[in-house]
Amino acid sequence: MNLTVRDHPIAFVVAPTGRIDHGSADPFLLALQEVIPTCSAGSRPLILDFSAVQYISSAGLRSLMVAARQIKAAGGRIGIAGVQPLVREVFAIARFELVIPCFEDVDAAARSLA
Amino acid sequence: MKKVVFWGTRGSLPIALTADAVRHKVMAALTAANGRRFASRSELADFVDGLPFATAGTFGGHSSCVEIVTGGPEHIICDMGSGARPLAQAKLAAYGAARPQVYHVFISHLHWDHLMGFPFFLPMYIPGNRIVIHGCHDRLEEAMRLQMRAPCFPVDYSQAGATIEYHAMTPGQPHAVAGLTVTPHRQLHAGDSYGYRFAGQGRCVVYSTDSEHKLEDNGERQGFIEFFQAADLVVFDAMYSLAEAVSVKADWGHSSNVVGVELCQAAGARRLALFHHEPVNDDEQLGRLLDETRRFEAITREGRAPLEIISAYDGLVVDL
Repeated sequence: MNLTVRDHPIAFVVAPTGRIDHGSADPFLLALQEVIPTCSAGSRPLILDFSAVQYISSAGLRSLMVAARQIKAAGGRIGIAGVQPLVREVFAIARFELVIPCFEDVDAAARSLA
Repeated sequence: MKKVVFWGTRGSLPIALTADAVRHKVMAALTAANGRRFASRSELADFVDGLPFATAGTFGGHSSCVEIVTGGPEHIICDMGSGARPLAQAKLAAYGAARPQVYHVFISHLHWDHLMGFPFFLPMYIPGNRIVIHGCHDRLEEAMRLQMRAPCFPVDYSQAGATIEYHAMTPGQPHAVAGLTVTPHRQLHAGDSYGYRFAGQGRCVVYSTDSEHKLEDNGERQGFIEFFQAADLVVFDAMYSLAEAVSVKADWGHSSNVVGVELCQAAGARRLALFHHEPVNDDEQLGRLLDETRRFEAITREGRAPLEIISAYDGLVVDL
């Protein structure tokens, strides 16, 4: 799992790639911790670009939950964009679509959340 | 071990099918029949058997009670939830009061939904029967007696006719019981719970209910992978969705279908039984949960041998 931060005019965009499994869930959450403090009430939303994520395990989903709760507690906003179909199915089965909103792509997420 | 019989599969609290739910099933069946006429009862039975389980059946409402049938002379039972009552009736029908039996009961933990069937377990009132209650909790006997004390129950524990013994087990240690090797495993639940791995006769069954899994704890995960290793059947607490289990219902002591599949895949288990169903989930919801769990297993299989997924219901018999 790699993670890059991209420029976007109205959002913080973080793009993980590869697999977020039991081995990489903690590094994933640790990397998100660098961005999360900037996501508070009145700031730009955090958008996770999942277009290059091929797999996410329960531990990876837990990391997402932790990040989402931190951001929401600070009054910030978070969304996920470009989720691959199989990963999207995992989101639905785990009921995570009820926790973090999913969008077609980064621009759609930015328009909705900003 | 020859088979596993599920006598009670509901979590936390027994439930009953309501009149509204029965009416809904009848309407669904008549809608599916669409005016069709049946030439015989067997033709009608075939039609009913082809209906979705949520229409033609029900997952049931008794709390945890599972029997492992070894083919030997002694009986193996996991937990004494309200499912112990139909189990007792079946044993009396099979053996009567005149043929004393030996029952080995393994208690996961002392919460009431796992003990409440014991006062209705009729073999305890019949002299000559021997009941050995196995567990890892220091206060196991006290808890069994407590629920039968006035004013909670009209028949005191002291009126039991059977010989009742207690066997304190040590987590992580294998114990020889009725020709099987039984190993308890400590689980995360209020007051602790214990899963049991039963091995013998070339088969292995794991009973693991009321068990929360902390996904950030890799040591805990490895421990359960070893506990489930190559099991023929894992009976797993799948009470909540994963999202619930890691958020609003974190620390409530239960797990999800997703974690059950992941652990069984990592352990190379052959079959997973979803168990300890959430009382608010109706048959259609549990049916969808089963379909989704099977789909989750398929899309995360990644070259492994398929893991068979079933959803336990009261009365289900699984051949091992």
